[in-house]
Amino acid sequence: MNSIIHPPQTWVRQPFIKSKTVRYCIYAGVVLYIILAFNTLEVNWVRVWEGLPRGQKFLAGFTPPDFISRWEEIVDGVLESLWMTVVSTVVGIMISIPVALGAARNIAHPLVYFFCRGIIAVSRSFHEILLAIFFVKFFGFGPFAGFVTLSFATIGFYAKLLTEDIEDTSASQSEAIQATGASWWQWINYGIQPQVMPRMIGLGLYRFDINFRESAIVGVVGGGGIGATLNTAFDRYEFDSAAAILIVIIAIVFLVEYTSGMIRKQVQ
Amino acid sequence: MLRLEALHKRYATGEVALTSVDLEVPKGQVMALIGPSGAGKSTLIRCVNRLVPPSGGRIFFDSQDVTRLGSRKLLKMRRKMGMIFQEFALVERLSVMENVLSGRLGYVGFWRSFLRKYPQSDIDDAFRLLKRIGLDHMVDKRADELSGGQRQRVGIARALIQDPQLLLVDEPTASLDPKTSRQIMRLICELAHERNLACVINIHDVPLARMFAQRVVGLRLGEIVYDGTPEGLNDDVLTEIYGEEDWHINKYARKAARQESSCEKEETAKPAAMSV
Repeated sequence: MNSIIHPPQTWVRQPFIKSKTVRYCIYAGVVLYIILAFNTLEVNWVRVWEGLPRGQKFLAGFTPPDFISRWEEIVDGVLESLWMTVVSTVVGIMISIPVALGAARNIAHPLVYFFCRGIIAVSRSFHEILLAIFFVKFFGFGPFAGFVTLSFATIGFYAKLLTEDIEDTSASQSEAIQATGASWWQWINYGIQPQVMPRMIGLGLYRFDINFRESAIVGVVGGGGIGATLNTAFDRYEFDSAAAILIVIIAIVFLVEYTSGMIRKQVQ
Repeated sequence: MLRLEALHKRYATGEVALTSVDLEVPKGQVMALIGPSGAGKSTLIRCVNRLVPPSGGRIFFDSQDVTRLGSRKLLKMRRKMGMIFQEFALVERLSVMENVLSGRLGYVGFWRSFLRKYPQSDIDDAFRLLKRIGLDHMVDKRADELSGGQRQRVGIARALIQDPQLLLVDEPTASLDPKTSRQIMRLICELAHERNLACVINIHDVPLARMFAQRVVGLRLGEIVYDGTPEGLNDDVLTEIYGEEDWHINKYARKAARQESSCEKEETAKPAAMSV
């Protein structure tokens, strides 16, 4: 028989960074940076300790939440926010669809492609709050500024994700429609649209979700809606009403998220 | 009816798919195009309806030069060329009826097609074809609910409702079992004979080509190396087409096939060819 004893073969996972020195330098650098960063925080623990009872009083101000004394304002705010959400989602999506078609590499002419990608990039590069501050200055206080903000932000989100889905469509299905002599719009309607429809509905509902949440934030900087109501409550130190508003927002967000999740599951 | 003159195709990657192909297909002829993966079969039929723009040479169809058509005329021309695809290429989320009717897109306006309000004659045609292919009980089923053979039947109906003069068929049996493959090939050939259509069928499966085609053209590395009757396909000819003993060519063909498409099964025809 074969009596040669083979030495056991060893194996270790290859490190991502091959050079040992480089690796340890990077580790040391990261640790050093974290330590330095913490040192810049300058937490004054004495003040933290002294502030604790005040914080407690502040939190106590939230309970019990007061739904009654500002109920009308709350209802108005919620309705305004919902209005803002619905209209901005619809308008945003309507603008997004042509932008998404133009930004899909497999469909669009290169010039159109760069133009539409540009629109998406601009829309994505600003956070809703920055946009809201800008549009409130531009159009004045109120829900219109909020509506413009959310519509604009919707484009960046919806067009970008829809574009990705369009680029992932099966080439053979759309090729088959082209082969029938279909015109461009017919090709989009038969070859592309059926393939991206579930995603379009899902993204629309998801964006509706986001827009409602953002509408509360947009209101804080002057864009109207429930956010404005919340801001007013804080300004008047009516923390119990503010608590009521926060609870209402949370409830609606849950409700919207739950229903949109249900519908999305149905579609997909 | 269809005439290719010095047809040449070079892709943007620099790969030459067709060197210089001359070919004529008369009305009513069923022609099988065989050859290893990467030989340029798919490219050839896609050049005919310009899904792939040819880079040189001319294509005459119905006494018009397809390569010189403006985009509007090209759409009109495509109506006369029905295409049947590998892996069926049905729009999966549309119903069987919508898939069949999509063959009429070149004839109806946008709003009619958008609202699915096709002329009654188109609907009658669709029902007649669905009955012919034995799927008239599945009109409203979604295409992705069908089996492979059923899907390909719908693909055939979609091509035929165009009322074409030419059928371009790309690997119709690539993902079907042997029995269904035969049925599908028989159906295509019967329908082509009934309507006196010219028919170019890309096919891997040499025995199937022998069974159903009136004429076989062998393509290798973008060149025609055989053009004759199915009976003339002897071992020498097959070696000529597939290069069984010449590994250098085989390696090249494999490499090209990998670049061209990952879906195509590699050289499924070869073992079959040797066993015949």
